Amino acid sequence: MRRLSLSIFLLLLSLFIAIGPGLAEGQVCEDEIACVSIGPDEPVTIAWMLVTTGANSFFGEDSLGGIEIALEQRGGTLLGREIELIGEDSQCTPEGGQLAAQRLVANDSVLAIIGPNCSSAAEAAIPVTSRAGYVLVTPTAVSSTLTSADRATGGTWMPGFFRTIHTNALQGRVAGCFAREILDAQTLATIHDGSTFAHDLQDAMAGAFVELGGEVVYQGAVNVGDTDMTALLTEIASFSPDILFFPIFQPEGDFLVAQAQYVAGLDNTILMGSDNLLTPGFVEATGEAALDVILFGPNLAGEAYSNLLEKWRQRYGTEPPGGFHAHAYDTTNLLLDAIESVAQVGEDGVVLIGRQALRDAMSATRDFKGITGSLTCSATGDCATGEAIGIFRIGEPEVFDEHWPPAVIWNPSTGQPESNPLSVPGAQCP
Amino acid sequence: MTKTRTVSRNRILGVPLPAGRSGVDLVISALRIIIVALIIIGAGNTLLEGRFTFEQWLALLFAGLAQGSIYALIALGYTLVYGILRMINFAHGDVFMAGAFTTVFLANSFRHSGFLDSQPLLAILILMGFAALVSMTVAVLLERIAYRPLRNAPRLVPLITAIGASFFIQYTFRGLFGSGFKAYPTVAFLRGTFSVGSINVPIAQLFVFLSAIVLMLCLYWLVERTRIGKAMRSVSEDKEVATLMGVNIDLIIVFTFAIGGALAGAAGVINGLFRPQGVNFFMGFFPGIKAFTAAVLGGIGNIPGAMLGGMFLGVIEAIGPNLVLNGLGIPSANQLKDVIAFTMLVLVLIFRPQGILGERLSAEKA
Repeated sequence: MRRLSLSIFLLLLSLFIAIGPGLAEGQVCEDEIACVSIGPDEPVTIAWMLVTTGANSFFGEDSLGGIEIALEQRGGTLLGREIELIGEDSQCTPEGGQLAAQRLVANDSVLAIIGPNCSSAAEAAIPVTSRAGYVLVTPTAVSSTLTSADRATGGTWMPGFFRTIHTNALQGRVAGCFAREILDAQTLATIHDGSTFAHDLQDAMAGAFVELGGEVVYQGAVNVGDTDMTALLTEIASFSPDILFFPIFQPEGDFLVAQAQYVAGLDNTILMGSDNLLTPGFVEATGEAALDVILFGPNLAGEAYSNLLEKWRQRYGTEPPGGFHAHAYDTTNLLLDAIESVAQVGEDGVVLIGRQALRDAMSATRDFKGITGSLTCSATGDCATGEAIGIFRIGEPEVFDEHWPPAVIWNPSTGQPESNPLSVPGAQCP
Repeated sequence: MTKTRTVSRNRILGVPLPAGRSGVDLVISALRIIIVALIIIGAGNTLLEGRFTFEQWLALLFAGLAQGSIYALIALGYTLVYGILRMINFAHGDVFMAGAFTTVFLANSFRHSGFLDSQPLLAILILMGFAALVSMTVAVLLERIAYRPLRNAPRLVPLITAIGASFFIQYTFRGLFGSGFKAYPTVAFLRGTFSVGSINVPIAQLFVFLSAIVLMLCLYWLVERTRIGKAMRSVSEDKEVATLMGVNIDLIIVFTFAIGGALAGAAGVINGLFRPQGVNFFMGFFPGIKAFTAAVLGGIGNIPGAMLGGMFLGVIEAIGPNLVLNGLGIPSANQLKDVIAFTMLVLVLIFRPQGILGERLSAEKA
């Protein structure tokens, strides 16, 4: 009994010693959730959870590059301290997302988490990070339900979750409208790869296309890992669609585009992919077959993106392996700005950062000028505004002169064809 | 006890079966009939509907043969190792990846220097040689480090080790070359088509098919007509007797892995010329599984069987979904091409459990 009271006393004493200095200096944490306290010599810890193993690991590598370049641009420091970047593999599965989230929230010094890449992982990670009071911001997961709080329609949003990429629903509408109205296509064939992402996107696209009076003649799928697309393409050719839409990834997308040129009956079909293939690596892999392929994605044109790409090549000596590094770059900058805005620096050099304050700062983001467009966060964490989607067409400079990114041929936000040789005069998207 | 068992084997729902036939036999016969009927109905429907032209069928057939040649080249590695060691080397797909992934850099430098366009055949030979060397090195190291210490261990142990080795090789190469996708350059003379009448065959597919055939014939000659081939066959028959006859078993096993590896490496380059995209650290996984299937289909341990199994699998994958599944009214049939491939495996195995060319001997080997 005596020993027990002694240990309770010692415990209380050590607790007092631990919190003591913060209180003594007059810095009080008034945050509703908790504060992260960073001593003068301690680093600022940011975490990522991305897919780094398995067939999708290019995805994580792509995002991680964007994060690292954003940190490098600030000299690797924030609030006068080193930034420590730690990470976990969240894979592309619910189990991976949950496990990575649990590991990261077990670390009190982590300020915020960037990731995960896949919607399936995000769905499982959100409850964990949200309940623990953390900020989780994904640069790439696009499933519409992630930022919907309506449980009845499958919404899984919880406080503290943000994203900087356009949702599937929005991208699908834009792509469907572009194909139907601007290109005046009558028939559409779509291909997905069994992933929730590709399935939902082609569904949203086909829905918009039908709503505007088009006809969907074929909806099929490839398997991840397939290399032979001839059989599928031959089947599609038998319907002679005006548009073939395939929001699939590398390398299946590469195989599809490369083999389509040899399939009889697809000569008049316009190939259209999504931001998955909006990377120089796609053109490098497919060469001349990529000519005239239409891709849509973030309107990456501009000097800021060229600079990012140049930095990537300098730092890693290769092309980015995916089309989402700019999102990761913007996400990192948005997050670091928010952290800076809520940090309270005490006289002794100790920095306090409130977790609720950080969430509020993220939610309050208005007109953040990123490479992927202007970001304004909604109440449920959707930060991409949709103004910055561009429709691109791969031309000769990309194929023969390693030019990147390709020309934007249509911009949905202005409704104006920029230099679109394909468009029907006077056509507009509602 | 014995009596009840006899009764249950020879009766279904109390009805006696014809003499000498058990319930299992009946179920298997029914399965055979159902699968064959489904195939005939599906194919009949598709052909009557006439949605595909004769040229399109031929194009699918040639694409299937080319893809099958690559499966066959990888399958040879499985079958050789199985023949000698009675073990499934599940890391063999990654041996294929090792050669293909490493050589993609050499291939691209050949293109940039113009060598690939000025001397295409020589360049391709050098690339194949280089890839064969890389894969051979990986395969030999694999045998030396991962398999030899376990040669007398229970059979499950090397199997699990092989799966571990597969991951090890994959992530080593990811560490070396990154997780992005590379692509082989396209060679000018492979780009055209070879035409007979109204039939156009892409030269690349013809090239893949012919080079695979040449490599397989070389291997067949090596195993059947040379001294070391004779030693390989003797080790395959009975290791102890072979030792008594003065055959150096370790040497033969290393040689087998080396040959299998070299073939896989060459297959990596051939694959790159045929399907240039998608070169990355994970590229060996699916071809590895398919090639293993092809080896079993043809009769594992049998060299011509592996070739035939590979070709068969490639053609079935290319033609099957459009021919059979479309006719049965199954939507997005091509996503189910693996279903077709594995159904064919089941079908072949219920008609011929030892594989297409499998010998009776394989029952004893297994």
